[in-house]
This record gives sequence, structure tokens and C-alpha cells, in this order.
Amino acid sequence: MQDATKTSRKATFPTGIAGSGMTSVELDIPTSEPPVLPPNEDLSVVGKRTPRLDGRLKVTGAARYTADVRLPNMLHAKVITATVPHARVKSVDISAAEKAPGVRAVHVLERLLGSAVVRDSSKEIASKYPIVRYSGQPIAAIAATSPGAAEDAAKLVKVEYEVLPFVVDADEARKPGAPLVFPAPADMAATAGGGGGGGGLTQAGNVRGPARGGMFGPPRGDVENGFAAAEVIVEGEFRTQVQTHSPLETHGVVADWRSDGLTVYSSTQGTASVRDELAEVFGLPKTQVRVITEFMGGGFGAKFGAGNEGVLATHLSKKAGAPVRLMFDRRTEQLAAGNRPSSHQKLRLGAMKDGTLKAIHLVNFGTAGVGTGAGAGGPAQNMYECPAVLTEEADVFVNAGPAASFRAPGHPQGCFALEQVIDELAERIAVDPLALRDRIDTSESRRLERRLGAERIGWSRRKAPGSDPGPVKRGIGVAQSVWYRFTDMDSACEVRIARDGSVELLSAVQDIGGGIRTALAQVVAEELGLQAADITVRIGDTNFPIGPASGGSVTTNSITPAARNAAHDVKMQLASLVAAELGVEPSGVVMRGGTVAAGAGGKSLTFRQAARRLKTEQIAGLASRSANYSDGKRAFDRYGGVQFVEVAVDTETGVIRVERVVAVHDCGRPINPLAIESQVNGGVLQGISYALYENRQLDRNTGHMVNPNLEQYKILGARETPVIETILIEEYRGRSSTDAGGIGEPATVPTAGAVANAVYNAIGVRLREMPMTPARVLAAMAAARKEGGRA
Amino acid sequence: MSAPVPLTHITRARNGRPAKRRAQFTVNGEPVDVLFAPHKTLLEVLREDLNLTGTKHGCELGECGACAVLVDGEPVLACLVLGLDAEGRDVTTVEGMADGPALHPIQEAFAQYGAAQCGYCTPSFMLTAQVLLEKNPSPSRDEIREALSSSICRCTGYVKIYEAVELAAARMRGEEADILEEAIYGR
Ligand code: FES
Ligand code: FES
Repeated sequence: MQDATKTSRKATFPTGIAGSGMTSVELDIPTSEPPVLPPNEDLSVVGKRTPRLDGRLKVTGAARYTADVRLPNMLHAKVITATVPHARVKSVDISAAEKAPGVRAVHVLERLLGSAVVRDSSKEIASKYPIVRYSGQPIAAIAATSPGAAEDAAKLVKVEYEVLPFVVDADEARKPGAPLVFPAPADMAATAGGGGGGGGLTQAGNVRGPARGGMFGPPRGDVENGFAAAEVIVEGEFRTQVQTHSPLETHGVVADWRSDGLTVYSSTQGTASVRDELAEVFGLPKTQVRVITEFMGGGFGAKFGAGNEGVLATHLSKKAGAPVRLMFDRRTEQLAAGNRPSSHQKLRLGAMKDGTLKAIHLVNFGTAGVGTGAGAGGPAQNMYECPAVLTEEADVFVNAGPAASFRAPGHPQGCFALEQVIDELAERIAVDPLALRDRIDTSESRRLERRLGAERIGWSRRKAPGSDPGPVKRGIGVAQSVWYRFTDMDSACEVRIARDGSVELLSAVQDIGGGIRTALAQVVAEELGLQAADITVRIGDTNFPIGPASGGSVTTNSITPAARNAAHDVKMQLASLVAAELGVEPSGVVMRGGTVAAGAGGKSLTFRQAARRLKTEQIAGLASRSANYSDGKRAFDRYGGVQFVEVAVDTETGVIRVERVVAVHDCGRPINPLAIESQVNGGVLQGISYALYENRQLDRNTGHMVNPNLEQYKILGARETPVIETILIEEYRGRSSTDAGGIGEPATVPTAGAVANAVYNAIGVRLREMPMTPARVLAAMAAARKEGGRA
Repeated sequence: MSAPVPLTHITRARNGRPAKRRAQFTVNGEPVDVLFAPHKTLLEVLREDLNLTGTKHGCELGECGACAVLVDGEPVLACLVLGLDAEGRDVTTVEGMADGPALHPIQEAFAQYGAAQCGYCTPSFMLTAQVLLEKNPSPSRDEIREALSSSICRCTGYVKIYEAVELAAARMRGEEADILEEAIYGR
């Protein structure tokens, strides 16, 4: 590896939005970096709609997911979970279970993962076993020769509880004298996808915090002065519910403990994160833990680290001396595998009559169950230009499963509040909502996105709120997205060329459904003048060079530059071998359209012919992500995104139907628009589902989840899916050798807010609580009528 | 989706293992003769005893649709049917959709359109679509929605799934059809 700090060169990068006035910027970049990649219109593979390389495996049923892994002598595990929401476990009697037919191992958890822990361990309730703090908390697991035998034996495990008082309702939990979820202040570490809640905050009862400020720093300016100077003040109180990730493939692993190391097949978003956690728990060197994720059936932020399931399966495998398969059932998935925290936001906004913002103040209480990280302040802090911003956010502990990062942690809930208040401000000062945003939003990409989206949806058709005659009223609404271009430096690839001209890329990075496998092939193919289908991509295995965890929309941004750098390295090796024959310097060798040539019109070889000149069977390039290029002046990069939603609200039944969505997004340089559209569609779908249907309901009398399934936990289905039109803009910033970005999070951030604004436009009544169910629609309309009657 | 094959009573032996029972039926055109515990669902028999893991397990409660297979040509949730109830019947799974190396037009279209994102729900959608297109070669978008409403997809937003079914339908009608090449770019 070259030392980048000592050897740099100047390079000129395209910047700006394609088709909308591109300029360029000169930057110092490490000499080891490949030449500047031109904009997509000058490329032949990158930026083209490319079917997934693994499409065939997926449509034939041949793609192997963790749930499908079958190893010789494999045992099947069943998890024993807590049947009460809060208790000290006095004893766990496994004697009968151990003797049951087919049982090979039983393990009782001695440490629980994924939950906050009491900061000062001497203040934790004394107990041999982890304290049960939510119904469904894993306690033990059994491995047996068949799933049925494991299930039968699980019923023989006797857990004796000393039941403790519990609280599952966040409002109740905030009251003085509420049952304490933790006896003393507790903290939880963040995961790769976000979450966590900052260490060391004060805690009173179940309320931890508030934390002031956000991930980009402390509060800005002085909100009191801001409100004093403001000519208009708008405010609102908003509530959002807990949403569960509900991936179709539940959390699970197949763990195979052997004397020479541990191999784990895991349904994960971060192969390396699973390896690291297991190495730590079992005291193994990382080199002796191998984690494999060939295909995985969705995660959305909940699948990082080994989790309790990974630890249990590994213990069982170690004890039984055989591989153990442990997949959560749907119920445990709903209870113990993560969720999006709730929020209860009071948002206050001060502005001048021309719309200029003077102050934003957000107070939020959210619950992440026995976890932390319920903040929703990101949009308030980072979307609009405002001199004074104060966010005060507290986690409220309740006896429910811990939250996990969920697609843009905090942001959909934050936008639900912020984007409605911005619309209210527009109405108060009698300005069109888009015109107001044009004034207060400095993002150039969102400015263009508003214009493109408005044209597409037909914003000019938008009527006054509630003005449709008849019981079914239609409306159009808009909301904006904000997310951040995070980079995971643990991103490396190896690219190999074999003497037969075949090309292979290796990396531990996993494809969680976003399509990184194909994007990597496109980047390598572009560099070597081949087609994406010519590249064999082997990923999802920690035996390969380190890959980033797929969370926070980091994957494409982080790993594609490593792929290009590695491809460029091996390309130059090949070029050096054939340069003399072609009569040029290696730097003059051009690879394009399957040929290796001495520039345009010069001597040329096919790629295969060139590969035949290899002196050894194989050459390889290994490269890592280098730090983002920068001129030292620019602020942290953000993504935009604007979504327009058209709804029909039946004012007699209260049913909201989303009919059409126009989603306009940016994600740096698009690598595969086909995959990006899918991601946007999926983000919109999850946003609508969140806005209208999904709701984890806990019974405050028993502490149990009422709907731990996929039937009463309602997820939007094929029937309720609207027309979704995606418009993508191509934005260049000169940040890396591919300048690509991510799209997973931005695509779901604004949807619920846009639905709410569309509902207001349809019926003239604001819904400030999610999910926006028919009952809530009718109640809000009745309340508005009452108020109207009084006025 | 039509009603599942009638469910006989599921009993699980508490102690000792129940005697295995034998069933003979065809899977993807091949006769099979399997011995399995009588309480096993068709989903378990397919995945565990016949090693056909293309049929997915999402909930085992009849709620997610991921386990859909065809029994005598009708979509059925394999987690709600006992393996013994497959006796004498004709079961089709995703592994049986292709004709040797040649993909079924539905598979082709799903792969081309990126209708499989994580891909976990894909087999169920394709099999259900196959039945739809056999009965109705030119379904409207609403008819497609309706026919596919028994499965959940958490990734795709369904749009690419509908487009893939429409593309496959056109090709199966003998029309020249290809995927929309246009990416709607903001310029
Ligand atoms: S596994 Fe059969 S419906 Fe979910
Ligand atoms: S593609 Fe992931 S569930 Fe449908």
C-alpha cells in the first residue's frame, strides 16, 4: 500500500447535477487512486439498468439462504423465551429436557445481548441469570435431532420466576412511581446502522436523558431569542408508533463449532459484525471465525452482530459437537429481534412572515423498549436553514423488546412531524408549500427534485384543503428527505484475472437485497472494458477481504471505490504485460468493449488474448477504500429526496388510500438504476405501511404483544400498493473513485410525512398520530367539527 | 387463492417418536415416496425430507405466503397442509417451473426486472402468477394485484413484480415484449 499522505496528485472531477449545469473541481487525491471516472453518459456499464447477476439463482429457488442451509448431522434448535415481561429468574430446570428423545445439548444464556445494561453493575438486581425485562426475551435453547424433538423438549424446561412489576406504556413509564425497568441508569451501544443513545446521560426513573443536540454537534444558536424575534410561531404535538422490521426471513444462524475454528452461516447485514461479536463472546481470534451469508431475506437494520440467536447456537454447537441451526420463529422475531422506536414529539417553529426560519425546538420522548436510541431529531437539525435549533430527546424505558436501527433511524418519525409543521407554516403565511421550501432549503438537489416531482405529479392541480365535493376527497402532499453520506472504511475487494480471461471479485460484503453484487460487477466490468455478466462476484464470506456492514446506506458508497481501485490495479498489471506488444506505454492501454488496445484505432487484442499473456495462472489486485476526497472546505455530505403523494380519503369510513407516489431522489452517481428504483419502491412501500397500518401493540395489563404475527400486525400488501414513479437525478461531488452513494434510507424518510400532508390537503384536517387508521381519521374529523362549531 | 387442501388434525407426539408414515405423490413431475413423521406439514416435508428449499418458510402460520406451492395446479400454503394430505397429488414447487435449463417466461421476467430483491418471497409470487396466467392470459393490473395478494413482499414495493408478470403475460401470448429500458432520469 502506498502512503497516501506523502504522495498526492491533482485531479479534476465533474461536480453538480447531470443535465443541470455541471462544473468541475480540482482535488488532491492519493496517487494510488485510479483516474477520474467520467459522468455516466460517457460510460458503457456503470449507470445502465442491469439485471441482477443472481436473478437466475433467485428465480429457480437455487439461492441458498441461511434458513436453507443443511449440513451433515445438523441439529435443530428451539429457543425458550420469557413468558413474563419483568422478572428475576430464580431457576432454570433443564433436567427433563436434557433426557428427552433426540436432545443433544441445552444452553442457558448467562449474558443477554441487544439490551441496555445497568451502567454501574453493582446496582443491577443480584441474579444468576439475566433479568427478564420483556416478554419473549431469550432465556435458553435446546438442540435436538429434529425441529419437532427440540420443540417438544423445550416444553419440558421449567423456568421459575420471581415476578417484578412492569410497565409497557411509555406515558405510564414516565410518571413518578412507575415500575422501574432498570434499577439504575442504563446504556446501550450503537450498531452499524445507527441506534444507541449516547453514553452517560442522566436518568430519572425510566426516563433517560434528554440528550441535547444531534450527531453533528450541540444545539445551534439561541432558540429563546429566535422565538422572540419570530413573527409567526407554529407548533404541534405528534405521536408515532413502534414498527417492527418484519423481514421475511427471520433472524437465524447455522453454527458449526470445530476444533480448528467456528463457521457460522448467518442471516446478517454485516458478516464482519457477526464474526467480531462471536470472537469476543467466545474468546476466539477473529481469524478462526468464518461467517457466510450467501443470500439473506431482508434485514432493514435489525440484523447486525451475532445476537442472542448466534451466541445460543454457537454454545449448542460447541456442546453437541455438531452444527446447529437456529432460526427465530415469527413470534420471537416480532418480540425480540428489534423495532423502530416510538416518538412523542412536541415541535415548535418560529419564522418571519416571508418564511425565514428563526428557531426550531423539538422535545421528544420515545421508547426503544429495553434499548436506547429513540431520537427523532435528525430532520429538525439538518433539513432546513435555521440559526437556532434545539432538540431535547429522551429515551423512555419500558418492558418491551429492544429497538434496533431501522432504515433511517429516527428520520421517518422526525419528518412526520417536521414536514407537517413546515406545511402549516406555509399555510399560515399563505405561501405554496413548495415555494416556502424553495426559500428555506439550501439543497440544490432537493430544489431540482421539487421541480421535477411537481411537474410529474401535477402539483398545479392541487386544490384548497378539503375542497373536494362528495364523501371521497383527494389530496396531494409533499415531504422531503434528509440523510447522510456515511462511509465505512472497512471496505476492501480483491479482483483476479485468470489466464483464460475470466474475472472474479472477492469481498466479505453481503448483498442484503439492495443488489451490491451486481453493482460491484458493473464497476469492475467498466474498468476492464467487459460486461457485468463477465464478472464472477463472490461475496458474503469473511474469508474474503473485509467488507462494510450494510446499514445507514453506506454499502455502495463504501465498497464500490474499493472494487474500482482493485480492478484498476489488476488492469494496470495486465496493461504492463501487453504494452510492449501493443507499442504503447502501459498508461496508454485502453480496455473497452472486450478489447485491450493501444488507444483508438491502434493495435488491439481481445481481453482473452491479452489474458493469455499472463506469466502466471492468475494476477490479482487488492485494494481498500481510501478516505473521501475533499478540498477541506465542504461540509458533511447529505442526500436529498422529495416525495409527492396523492391520496383518496373516504370521509365516511375514514379509509385512506394512497393512489400514486412520485419519488424523486439522488444518490450520488447511480450505478444500477434498476436496483435503485427497486430500493425506492421498497422504501416508499415501507413508508406507507408505517404511515397507515403497522403497529406493535402491547397489552398494558399483561405486558405481552397482542399481535406477534403477520396477520394482526398489518403490513401493506399487493392490493394496497399505489403507482410509484421514481425519478433519479445524477449528482457528482468528486468524493471517491466511483463517487457513488446509497439510497436505502433516503427512500423511506419522507413517505409518512408526505402521506400526512396529502391527507390534510384532502380533508382539511391534520393527523398528528400514526398509524393513520380509519378510526383516527374519523376522530380527527369529529374533533375538527367540534372545534369549528365552538369557534 | 383457493382454499387450502383440507387440514387433518395435527398431533404431535409428546414422548417417544411417532411412527413415521409413508406418502406417495409427485413433485415437479417426479414420483416421490417419502417416510416422515405424520405431523409434518407439506412445507417441512418438501424442505427437510425432499431437500427442496426453494419453497420458503416465513411464518408457518399461513400469514406471509412465502410457502406457496401448487397442489394439483392450485396455489396452496404448504405450511397449512399436512404432508400426508399430498398423497396421490401433484405438487409443483419453484424448482419445477423451469424446463431444464430454459426458464419459465415468468422466471425470466422476474430476473430481468429485478422483481426479486432479497428474493425470499419470489418463489411464491411466481407460482401464484403462473396459475393466474394459465387462467387469464391477459390480466389487468388490478387482477394481478388481487391474485398476488396472498403473499407479502417486504422489499420491492410490488411494482416490479406486477411489471414482471405483465411482461411474462405478453411473452406467453406470443407478443414481442421487452423490459422498459427507460430509467426516468431527472434531466
Ligand atoms: S410460511 Fe406459510 S404462510 Fe408463511
Ligand atoms: S424481495 Fe424481499 S421479501 Fe420480496
